[in-house]
Amino acid sequence: MNFDISSIRRQFPILQKKVGGQVLCYLDSAATSQKPQPVIDAISGFYTTKNANVNRGVHALSEEATVSHDQARNTVRKFLNARHSHEIIFTKNATEAINLVAHIFGDTLKPGDHIACSVLEHHSNIIPWMQCAERKGLELDWLPITKEGYLDLRETEKILAKGKTKLVAISGLSNVVGTLQPITEMTALAHKYGAVILVDASQLAAHEPIDVQKLDCDFLAFSGHKIYGPTGIGILYGKTALLEKMPPFLGGGDMIQSVTNAGFTCAELPRKFEAGTLAAADAAGLAAAIGWMEKVGIENIQKHEESLIAHTLTELQTIKGLKILGPTDPQKRTGCVSFTIDGIHPHDLTDILGKEGICLRAGHHCTQPLHAFLGITASTRLSVAVYNTIEEVDQTIASILRAQKLLQKK
Amino acid sequence: MDLYADNILDHYKHPRNTGSLTDAISHREENISCGDDLIIDLTIDDGKIKDLKWRGQGCAISQAAMSLMSEELIGMTVAKAETFKPDDVYKLLRVPVGPRRFKCALLGLHTFLNTLRKAQEKPLQSWIETVSVDN
Repeated sequence: MNFDISSIRRQFPILQKKVGGQVLCYLDSAATSQKPQPVIDAISGFYTTKNANVNRGVHALSEEATVSHDQARNTVRKFLNARHSHEIIFTKNATEAINLVAHIFGDTLKPGDHIACSVLEHHSNIIPWMQCAERKGLELDWLPITKEGYLDLRETEKILAKGKTKLVAISGLSNVVGTLQPITEMTALAHKYGAVILVDASQLAAHEPIDVQKLDCDFLAFSGHKIYGPTGIGILYGKTALLEKMPPFLGGGDMIQSVTNAGFTCAELPRKFEAGTLAAADAAGLAAAIGWMEKVGIENIQKHEESLIAHTLTELQTIKGLKILGPTDPQKRTGCVSFTIDGIHPHDLTDILGKEGICLRAGHHCTQPLHAFLGITASTRLSVAVYNTIEEVDQTIASILRAQKLLQKK
Repeated sequence: MDLYADNILDHYKHPRNTGSLTDAISHREENISCGDDLIIDLTIDDGKIKDLKWRGQGCAISQAAMSLMSEELIGMTVAKAETFKPDDVYKLLRVPVGPRRFKCALLGLHTFLNTLRKAQEKPLQSWIETVSVDN
């Protein structure tokens, strides 16, 4: 398919919205992406023609809803190239997926066991492990990163070689410094020393193709809303052997085989981990988002975003007092560029830009340990998606210069 | 009206009453959502705020609000100062502060009220108590 940016943009109704008289310039897709019409249609289409409780009853509508949900699961399976559909667990978001593993896999660990995560993780891939460590009396090891923002594999191996680490949790793509992490090498390293590995693919899934069989990771999590899909739906991928061994997470309807006064037996995978009524409309929306990305072509998305990132890096570096966090080589950056400007607080900058319809993220982006590592408390982040344009980046640069002039202390 | 009005920018660029005091009650508060912090040094004499100096890092809104407040508070009776409310801060700022920025605007108030409570040997109050409008 030929890549035509105007045709892409027309499919996102929100991009027509005006803010303060200006057309929306949305550069915060690392927080959440906007949704194309086919995704919006899939959600309303489910409620308009298929809505019933999935996996309950045998009436015609319930069957249609169940078929839709099973198809969505299979779409996700193909997206990740998982071997089996039952290895795809629907959750609320990546956070819930990681918490699921931290609870049920974490509960199989013994006091004194170690778990490890890196300094550049999002809080959602830190806090569940801290809580797990507290519950089970485990040690949490911090895997160091290099100055550029890559996992330091040499130092990591030294930690794993002690033989105490049972689980490693790392992000596939940093949501601040935009570095693709060596997850294939990291997976091999974890397995070499007998640890299982969870990959947080929240950022990765929007920008890079994922093949869990090739990668060989044990768990992988992502959220639907960051890949052009709806909020309220996320995915946990897990290898069959591990998922089968683990106890259930939440208890409730649909996760059981049978219940008696004496107790219960679990349902088979994946239902064992999907208690309660499923977010079937959101699953249909997620499947539509994946279908949409594949129709556009992931390689087209990558190529377009690479040109945006390269342009952003070049232009930002012309601004006096601006410091880029992480690599300045566009080959080493995916999805976002974060920066600080001397004497300008990120909240002031993004507030002023926001009045011109420009949406950037300010703060610590849920990565306080990484910001502490970088020696700052907050930064501003510009993140891109397939619908962004070079003109939007230029408009943002001009606006940053105006804000700088306004706030400059003489 | 623009949040970055002239009076705000003036106080941000030329903050009043910054620095520190000796023999003063000192207290620090942090805005947990962004990591900004303020420290206030306070002296009280004869039931009045005798002097106040402050320092810290933050955005234009938190710095300007603290600067404006400091001018207002010096010389005020403790009895009046301890009733200072979010609305009083907004009146000093003279611009509408929306839900995105009220935490910035009220960091100074929270720090001040707790410095005063420390001086009076009262227990510190929570952020919720400071920003709550119905007390």
